[in-house]
Amino acid sequence: MRVLVTGATSLLGGAVAQRLQARGDHVTVFQRRPSGLGFREVLGDVADRSAVDAALAGVDVAIHAAARVSVVGPWSAFAETNITGTTNMLDAARTAGVTRFVYVSSPSVANAGKSLVGAPAGPADPDSARDNYSRSKASAELLALAAATSGFSVVAVRPHLVWGPGDTQLVGRIVSRAREGRLAVIGSGAALIDTTYIDNAADAIVAAADRAGELSGRALVVSNGQPRPVRELLNRIALAAGLEPPRLRVPVGVARAAGAVLERAWAGLRREDDPPITRFLAEQLSTAHWFDQRETREALGWQPSVDLDEGFARLESWFLARRNR
Amino acid sequence: MITPKLDGIGRTWHVLDNGVIDPAVTLLCVHGNPTWSYLWRDMLARADPRVRVVAVDQLEMGFSERTGMTRRLQQRVDDLCALTDQLELSGPIVTVAHDWGGPISLGWAARHRAQLEGVVLTNTAVHQPPGSRAPALIRMARLPGVLQLVCVQTPAFIQATLELSRPRLAKPVRDAYHAPYRSAQRRAGIGAFVQDIPLDQSHPSAEALDGIVADVATLRDIPALLLWGPSDPVFSDIYLRDLEARLPRADVHRFVGVSHLVPEEADVAGVVHEWVARRGAPSTSTSQSLVAPVSRAPAWAALDRRAGDADLAMIEMTDHGIGRSISFAALDADVRRVAAGLVEHGVARGDRVALLIPPGIDLTVCLYACWRMGAVVVVVDAGLGARGISRALKSATPRHLIGIPRALTAARLLGWPGRRISSVAMPAGVARSLAVSTTLDELRARGEGRPVPPTPTDSDPAAVIFTSGATGPAKGVSYRHHQLQAQRDVLARVYDINADDRFVAAFAPFALYGPAMGVPSVVPDMSVTAPGTLRAVALAEAAEAIGASLVFASPAALANVIATAGDLTPRHREALAKVRLLLSAGAPVPSSVLRAVAEIMPNAEAHTPYGMTEVLPVSDITPAGIEAAGAGNGVCVGRPLAEVSVAISPLDVDGHATGELTTHADATGEVCVQAAHVKDGYDKLWVVQHDSAQPPYWHRSGDVGHLDDQGRLWIEGRMIHIITTANGPVTPVGIEQAVESMAEVGHAALVGVGPAGTQQLVVVVVPIERRRRPDLAPVALAERVRAVAGVDIAAVFVVPALPVDKRHNSKIDRSRVAKWASAVLAGGRMRAL
Repeated sequence: MRVLVTGATSLLGGAVAQRLQARGDHVTVFQRRPSGLGFREVLGDVADRSAVDAALAGVDVAIHAAARVSVVGPWSAFAETNITGTTNMLDAARTAGVTRFVYVSSPSVANAGKSLVGAPAGPADPDSARDNYSRSKASAELLALAAATSGFSVVAVRPHLVWGPGDTQLVGRIVSRAREGRLAVIGSGAALIDTTYIDNAADAIVAAADRAGELSGRALVVSNGQPRPVRELLNRIALAAGLEPPRLRVPVGVARAAGAVLERAWAGLRREDDPPITRFLAEQLSTAHWFDQRETREALGWQPSVDLDEGFARLESWFLARRNR
Repeated sequence: MITPKLDGIGRTWHVLDNGVIDPAVTLLCVHGNPTWSYLWRDMLARADPRVRVVAVDQLEMGFSERTGMTRRLQQRVDDLCALTDQLELSGPIVTVAHDWGGPISLGWAARHRAQLEGVVLTNTAVHQPPGSRAPALIRMARLPGVLQLVCVQTPAFIQATLELSRPRLAKPVRDAYHAPYRSAQRRAGIGAFVQDIPLDQSHPSAEALDGIVADVATLRDIPALLLWGPSDPVFSDIYLRDLEARLPRADVHRFVGVSHLVPEEADVAGVVHEWVARRGAPSTSTSQSLVAPVSRAPAWAALDRRAGDADLAMIEMTDHGIGRSISFAALDADVRRVAAGLVEHGVARGDRVALLIPPGIDLTVCLYACWRMGAVVVVVDAGLGARGISRALKSATPRHLIGIPRALTAARLLGWPGRRISSVAMPAGVARSLAVSTTLDELRARGEGRPVPPTPTDSDPAAVIFTSGATGPAKGVSYRHHQLQAQRDVLARVYDINADDRFVAAFAPFALYGPAMGVPSVVPDMSVTAPGTLRAVALAEAAEAIGASLVFASPAALANVIATAGDLTPRHREALAKVRLLLSAGAPVPSSVLRAVAEIMPNAEAHTPYGMTEVLPVSDITPAGIEAAGAGNGVCVGRPLAEVSVAISPLDVDGHATGELTTHADATGEVCVQAAHVKDGYDKLWVVQHDSAQPPYWHRSGDVGHLDDQGRLWIEGRMIHIITTANGPVTPVGIEQAVESMAEVGHAALVGVGPAGTQQLVVVVVPIERRRRPDLAPVALAERVRAVAGVDIAAVFVVPALPVDKRHNSKIDRSRVAKWASAVLAGGRMRAL
């Protein structure tokens, strides 16, 4: 089949494209900068309708992974990439005769800030979203699922905390902070958190693309199904990178208060880089987030192929190889 | 619905009716005051397709007509009869009633005997028992001037009724109860209803109520179900007792902690439908089918046999050596005397008598005296504490209570039921202040020379036993004589107990059987509430005093015996070397304990029977047997005894034991037991008994386990501790043992967190190197735990200690551990466990 993958410069977008190519699909990738991955490539911004039209010409399946994922920034920037971009993709895909559309979403679209313990996927809810990213992704997911028709299948896949070798988001941030001795555990660090090893997330998205016809209109949370206390995750990522586990401890209340202050300061200064902490992040790191995976596994006919131990072993080898280079 | 002839002009009723045509049975539901048919909504919603449910709003109440007339009790019964005539109810009918709907439904029932198939009553009354006072709330509401104010002018009476429920009823439910009573005019019937309660004989409805009391006497043979909320300040347990006496064959279920609006707080609809569905089916009394043709000797037969025997029957040890003792001849004579004395004192056959006396001669005398004259003993584990004993006695409601002064004081302070008898002599003033009616010595004196009362039959009830459960309030377990006889005979056969044996009874349940086996016994100096305080010296001196060949002790007691073995003198060791058999029951015994015990009692073969309050023993194993079994998923408890059938009810994916009974090897499920010595039932817990006796005549033990290919039984944990992961159910014990095999780990508990069906596994360990506060395990330890566990463990904690139950001091309270882990892993504080 002919597949378009957007956001292929991201860890997940790139992995999905590689998987599809490896099994013989014809893959086109679409993003702002060259990916350097050797796919047929269309460059452009998802917010630019004509670029999107060009990318989708002749495509059967669209996998929309491009998004603005920053923790700060003005709402307009999130709305443009995540909402307008998704609307463009949906419209253009239908016009181009695409029959299956996978929207790569996030569990935070349905997270009202309370702890999630073996939680089901739940409907996306922009009104209760906790930050600009989640709110824009929630709106876009609702638009995407509403766009499903009998000839145009749409599935939303919400991988939770994707990580792996080369990950600049979760692993990159943790490692750079650990290296600077700034990595802190918020509260007891015992909150159970689900994560998803990159290969498993990519497999799940490919499975969703294959089964989009029968799953149209549904949103599925994807994870390894192996939640761990957040402190253990931080420790293992730091250890894999050859670093000391975090020693700093910050009480939950302090972290939330600091997040609130810094968010305002960053907004006032119009800074684009990440503040050390935000309220959303403080919440995410001090409350449980893990999911009931039964429905997802049944629906996708998919199981994670890389468990956490194997994932951390691969991460460690990757860091070792980088240090020895 | 309109009843055209009523009051000469016709009356309009509001009736909930699921309209089933040609029903197998009809439930006629009658509410009380100040509710309406909304009370029975679940009864309709959950009815089987062939069950018709008719729930009426009485006239003046709910959405039925306000007639402007005062409708007294007799009128209300007539009203209901007129309504059912109009409804042309056909086929069998079961009445269901709450509160003051009770007498009305009973009045109706007595007039419809031909159709009546059963009576269900919940928190109601037909009679004010003598010596008791009407409920304070009702008396208050009846005060002049108050009635109109609280019942009619304001909705206070409705509000107060709704506020009795804990947790508080949801707002939509409270609103629904208020809905038909939004104005003083709409509430007139509530006031009139309260006014119509006959508190004395001059009341206009007193005669009608007397008539209903007489009606109830004609309903004795009708199947009845009494569902009770014992926390109700209006209809307390005294009314349940009154109804139980009037309907002696009733099935009873007390929902512990439930208050007045029982259908709002407990699953009344589910229970009633279940009860109705199996009406006519045989009783679930577990061993009823096994009332074998075997004729067994009564409990007191061995005493009779040794009536002329001057040999010692029992010795009590004190902290300075041998205390009281009694010969078989004296014991037999004393039992006869006290039995006759009890009858003289007004204790009737079938009466319940609570025995709150520590193990020893007085307890033995009282126990056998009660059995001899047909009283039913209520035995409560002292380890339950004052609160637990209180709860147990309020449930069992003994008519008499024999106790030591401390128990009598508690009885007085906490209002325990039963006429009090002191086991020791006490000054008249003290006796008066404790409301003690007599003493054991007085009973002896009164029974002296009196004929020994006739003995009960084998199928008469003998005992209600409360032991501390691993979870929740203790359940009363009832036994008939033949079941206790069977238990005695199993013990005697399995352990080859004969007249030459002498035993140390450091484990209460077996302590009582010495006289029944005709075997002398000694009670060591120890605290009944804390078996873990038995010292090696105390055990040895008891063994020496009687020349013991058998020792019965709990694992907790043995652990302390080992810990204090350094105090033993050579003479002590010589006495202990004569012990041929050590029986350690109540909980699994660690093999380290058994090895250490072997040094103290070198000639004793250690045996560990497996069983529970409801059936003991089920199986038995020795250290050699444990070694032969090797490692496996769970604790090996040996092969079922010859007198016992064991089968497994396999688990489904949700962790429920729904499978057909099987003895196939390696099927994991609930351990089910059949034997002549299984309990008769749970006392006043019809639902629990019904669920435990599935399939009929089996006992579901609540333990999960499997049989291996050698027919050995392995226990994998408690049913309630099964963890349901996305990959299916997981039982805790096997994995805990694997983790405990690590050199760095002392104890371990495996629990689940998260919603059923998608739970994650959590291991909580007590490391050998003690921790001062709980924390996540270091990554390296967590990884080693995961490696030995062989399943995906979400989190590993290290804690200073695990909570264990008080009685055995060894069973881990996994429910508490799970609750703690759930809170911490949800992001809560790392508080102490």
